[in-house]
Amino acid sequence: MEQVMSSISLSAIAPELVLVACGLIVLMIQAVFGSRFRDSFAYVSLLGIGGAAFLVLTSPGAFESKIVEYSFCDMWVVDNFSRFFKLIFLIGTGLTLLISLRYLDNEAMQHSEYYALMLLCTVGMMVMASAAELITIFLGVELMSISLYALAGYTRSRMMSNEAAIKYFILGSFASGFLIYGIALIYGTTGTSQIPAIARYLAQAGAGAAVLVMGMALLIIGFGFKTASVPFHMWAPDVYEGAPAPVTGFMSAGPKAAAFAAFVRIFMEALPTLQTDWIMVIWLIAVLTMTVGNIIALVQENIKRMLAYSSIAHAGYVLVAFLAAGELGLTSILYYMLAYTFMNIGAFAVITMLAGAGETRVKVEDYRGVGYKHPVAALAMSLFLFSLAGIPPTGGFMGKFYIFSAAVKQGYIWLAIIGVLNSVVSVYYYLRVTVAMYMQAPEKDEDVPAASALSPALVVAIFISAYGVLSLGLFPSTYVAMVKESFLSFL
Amino acid sequence: MVSLNAYLMLGAVLFSIGAVGVLAHRNALIIYMCIELMLNAVNLTIVAFSRFLNSLDGHVYVFMIMTVAAAEAAVGLAILIALFRNKPTVDVDEINLSKG
Repeated sequence: MEQVMSSISLSAIAPELVLVACGLIVLMIQAVFGSRFRDSFAYVSLLGIGGAAFLVLTSPGAFESKIVEYSFCDMWVVDNFSRFFKLIFLIGTGLTLLISLRYLDNEAMQHSEYYALMLLCTVGMMVMASAAELITIFLGVELMSISLYALAGYTRSRMMSNEAAIKYFILGSFASGFLIYGIALIYGTTGTSQIPAIARYLAQAGAGAAVLVMGMALLIIGFGFKTASVPFHMWAPDVYEGAPAPVTGFMSAGPKAAAFAAFVRIFMEALPTLQTDWIMVIWLIAVLTMTVGNIIALVQENIKRMLAYSSIAHAGYVLVAFLAAGELGLTSILYYMLAYTFMNIGAFAVITMLAGAGETRVKVEDYRGVGYKHPVAALAMSLFLFSLAGIPPTGGFMGKFYIFSAAVKQGYIWLAIIGVLNSVVSVYYYLRVTVAMYMQAPEKDEDVPAASALSPALVVAIFISAYGVLSLGLFPSTYVAMVKESFLSFL
Repeated sequence: MVSLNAYLMLGAVLFSIGAVGVLAHRNALIIYMCIELMLNAVNLTIVAFSRFLNSLDGHVYVFMIMTVAAAEAAVGLAILIALFRNKPTVDVDEINLSKG
């Protein structure tokens, strides 16, 4: 009993505790005072995000030593890998909160539930990054997903939003079923669900059991759904199109990174002995994900839907890095997820700003003339789109550069070639928006969308994202140094 | 005594029925039930493993999964009610605004 007690370490889960506390405080404010202190929701939440980020950064040994600290009977691990992902999630959530302030006012949906769900979803993602045990990972996945189902349907008077929520719910919980079944089979064969213990067992006993391979395949399906990889991507376009614009930006960055964090930890740390079994499957999924995502994105008229397919394609690039593994491969996953968070949430900030009440202006053709009416926003949007397309000097370019050089170094020449060809294809649909903004005139001047969701907070979010994208592209070495510190103990 | 394989087969069959049901049925409520069936098939599998491995961990996992399933059902039904207010249907084929 004493041993169990001593492994409870509140400092190891302090950032998560702060976020949960802030989520509950926000709910209580609305419960006690009604909507009188409506403005405080965002401040309390942002304070919580800042506090959690501070705790992550100042935890002992953060980004300095390679100490891996286990607690809660080896169910929870704090290492630089989890810290880095936690910072990505916190940045994503912080930016999303800044973006959604005026949007929620416009939609008359300024309620505390939005903020509480956002914070709890972030806690779920952080649990996924820090869990060293399969059931804990599952609980993190579910905390994240259930919050996201509700967030996708948050604008509940809008049919599109309802539809997004129900589709996300059905396919998301379907995927959770596969995930937990995979976990059950792995638990059954190895007799444990703790990741280091599974690795030890497999290193000793070998990995011949068919049940184990089946469990692994089910995990790939489950995580394939959560990261929206082809052929498990069909929910993504509908959900991204229907969900409120700030939520779409949020769910395309943080939760995707979280799914990759858990995916990497399970496959690299617990199941490396099965590598020969999963490498071909993931190779195929990576190629399909890149190609299908980019090709279908070419014909999309709705910009949110286009970015949904683009987000699918980006998951494919990350899978390339995942296959390359090793030091360079993992560096590029972390680097790319950070860059992707900035560029995608930045793009969705501009989309939110111009979407108008009820999100009626989300077609590519609606962006005609935006370059002259909202020059700063158009410039920022072009920057984010260039970064998504992988054009220097942006973070997206450096990220892709690292990914493809890691792939070449590990001998995945064809994968790198397919990836580069894909990013050439993707330039077409990203540039279409830029061309519409600058080179096409709307029929009437009034047709240019008004910046209805513009607020100081949104401007701050756009500037932070732009700064992130540019500094990741221009001064990659500072970030790479930080990422290099984030290596897992198993490398 | 019933062998472990019998329990695992039953779990696999129930899981498959649930998975096929999610894909084949058009009524959202039946789809919800099929998802519950999938999760309960997993519970059965875990309890069987736990019994035969002589490890208590599995029992705890099952409680966690039951809690998750309850939370999921609550949110799922809330989403369905929100949808029903805008369009009185539970047929997923009629929920088709976004396509392409």
